[in-house]
Amino acid sequence: MDKLTAEEIYYTMVLGRKFEYAAKEHYMTGEISGFLHLDIGQEALSVAAMKAFDHGDVFTTYREHIMAIARGIEPKAVMAELFGKKTGVSEGRGGSMHLFDPTHFFYGGDAIVGGHLPNAVGCAYARKFQESEHGVMAVFGDGATNGGAFFESLNISSAWKLPILFLCENNRYAIGTEITRVAPFLEQAKKAEPYMPTMEVDGNDAVAVYEAVKEAQAYIQKSHGPIFIEAFTYRWEGHSMSDPGTYRSPEEMEIWKRRDPIARMQALLKERYGMSEAQIEALDQKAQAAVDEAVEYASKSPEPVVAELFEHVFVEEVAHD
Amino acid sequence: MIEMLYREALNRAIDECMAADPNVVMLGEDVGLYGGSYRVSEGLVSKYGEKRLIDTPIAELSIVGNAVGMAIGGLRPIAEIMTANFSLLAFDQIINHMSKYRYMSAGKITLPMVVRFPQGVSKQLAAQHSESYEQMLSAVPGIRVFAAGDVNYAYHALKKAILMDDPVVFIEHELLYNKKGEVDLDAEVDPFKARIVKEGKDLTIVSYLKMVDDVIAAVPEIEKQTGKSCEVIDLQSLNPIDTETLKASIEKTGRLVVVEEDHKMGGYGAQVVSWAAESLFYALDAAPLRIAGENVPIPYNRKLELASIPTPDKIVAKIIEWGANNGL
Repeated sequence: MDKLTAEEIYYTMVLGRKFEYAAKEHYMTGEISGFLHLDIGQEALSVAAMKAFDHGDVFTTYREHIMAIARGIEPKAVMAELFGKKTGVSEGRGGSMHLFDPTHFFYGGDAIVGGHLPNAVGCAYARKFQESEHGVMAVFGDGATNGGAFFESLNISSAWKLPILFLCENNRYAIGTEITRVAPFLEQAKKAEPYMPTMEVDGNDAVAVYEAVKEAQAYIQKSHGPIFIEAFTYRWEGHSMSDPGTYRSPEEMEIWKRRDPIARMQALLKERYGMSEAQIEALDQKAQAAVDEAVEYASKSPEPVVAELFEHVFVEEVAHD
Repeated sequence: MIEMLYREALNRAIDECMAADPNVVMLGEDVGLYGGSYRVSEGLVSKYGEKRLIDTPIAELSIVGNAVGMAIGGLRPIAEIMTANFSLLAFDQIINHMSKYRYMSAGKITLPMVVRFPQGVSKQLAAQHSESYEQMLSAVPGIRVFAAGDVNYAYHALKKAILMDDPVVFIEHELLYNKKGEVDLDAEVDPFKARIVKEGKDLTIVSYLKMVDDVIAAVPEIEKQTGKSCEVIDLQSLNPIDTETLKASIEKTGRLVVVEEDHKMGGYGAQVVSWAAESLFYALDAAPLRIAGENVPIPYNRKLELASIPTPDKIVAKIIEWGANNGL
């Protein structure tokens, strides 16, 4: 990884974490409502995967603020969406869980666990059909690997040799249920082994995630068919703001906090790329300024008006709708 | 005018759309090499290849889910569900994904796709192969629901559905595939319009899909016994409903009967009747009548099967009985 990429990834991870803490703060004040799923602790995975996968379409889940930003969507458009504002990336219709932007090949933002996987597979079919250089990356949690949509997607993408990367974000918990209580093993890549090559990676190591996704992207571009990466990580917060996360022990939390992906990336910037404390501090400040600007923009933006309620249901309006 | 079978009309609509646009693809169980369970896609694979006539595994969630992804990726997919009961596995995709992506993305995602949906009581296929789900489909905002009861409509509306940029569920009735009808290839058919099958002045009978034929079979006897004339309307578009055509007819006749094959509890006809009660109460001279399927799983035995749904004889008997108390 070159220095510029490392710096960019570090900056976006810091931006992402600050963004999430700001979202948490404004959830507490009531400016953000509904379900809010924070990605704190998982920034390496979310950012490095998006930065590495630069030739394709992304389908992901409801824990996607940082991924959307890493994909290139403006932080202020994401924050405005969390605030339910007209200037939000989905004009206030989607909220935290439904961020979409086809100009960045980013297709949500899906809140049915595993439900977006068949969509990603279909898009991969389209890309192969079009003989495009684009492949598809489908991101999902360990919880999605127990459902039918997951197994159907492995089967079909393998049978048809589709250009799709399945990126499993294994943070061990499906809300409050530890994966090993509902699956026979911790490593969900085992489920994909009969269908496609699999890789395991430390999801808290941004460089490792970046390199694995780059390798996988090259693999699917050569039309070898699907590939599977399992990245192990851990969310520091509850499943959503309504989850206090009491099912995890303080000891376990402590172990994972010592694996802080941002601290690791920061150490790498200093050791491998010779960046100074002051240079890193400047990146942190730039990230804070971007988050402050996003909050300012979101809070000052107008809400959608009620007259727009029926906009965007259909392309074609019909007289007796 | 060309005479053709209902399934041939559907085949022709798909064929013409595939010929005109290389992005139109069709996917489903046995739609390719086999030619479709009801022969709707017969012959198309030899013209357009397996890349565009896609034989899928038996996995309905993926058939519709993949079609959604294909549409996101720039194709115009036609997903075929083999029979309505199997679609229940795809309802997550129909309701949570297909109907909502456009709205949740503030119009950034467009899904030009069709789900073809054969349904209904065919002949002794028993409870897991005989049901009708228009009531559930029509309750979902964000999708168009068309029901083809007529060969000409089947051809034109399916073509329009494929060309449309919005997701459409296109309901077909399994007993109609071998129905013969006239198709006017040059006609301009609005798929959102209801069709007046027969004009009349004393009673409006609203129906759709195969029940239209049963109503038409019942009408001469009803008119003979009552001396009154019936207007028969084939709804065709179930969501949205062509309320203009309905309103004009009900205001003329003052009486409304809805005939549907699905189960009466929560059935689609309840929507038509509630709309009429809300909007046209003072135009009605009598309480509306619903003739619908019984609240029972569809049985295998032919006698029991026919007892579970409306038939021409029952339509006559129920309208005569109701008419006697309602001034018909």
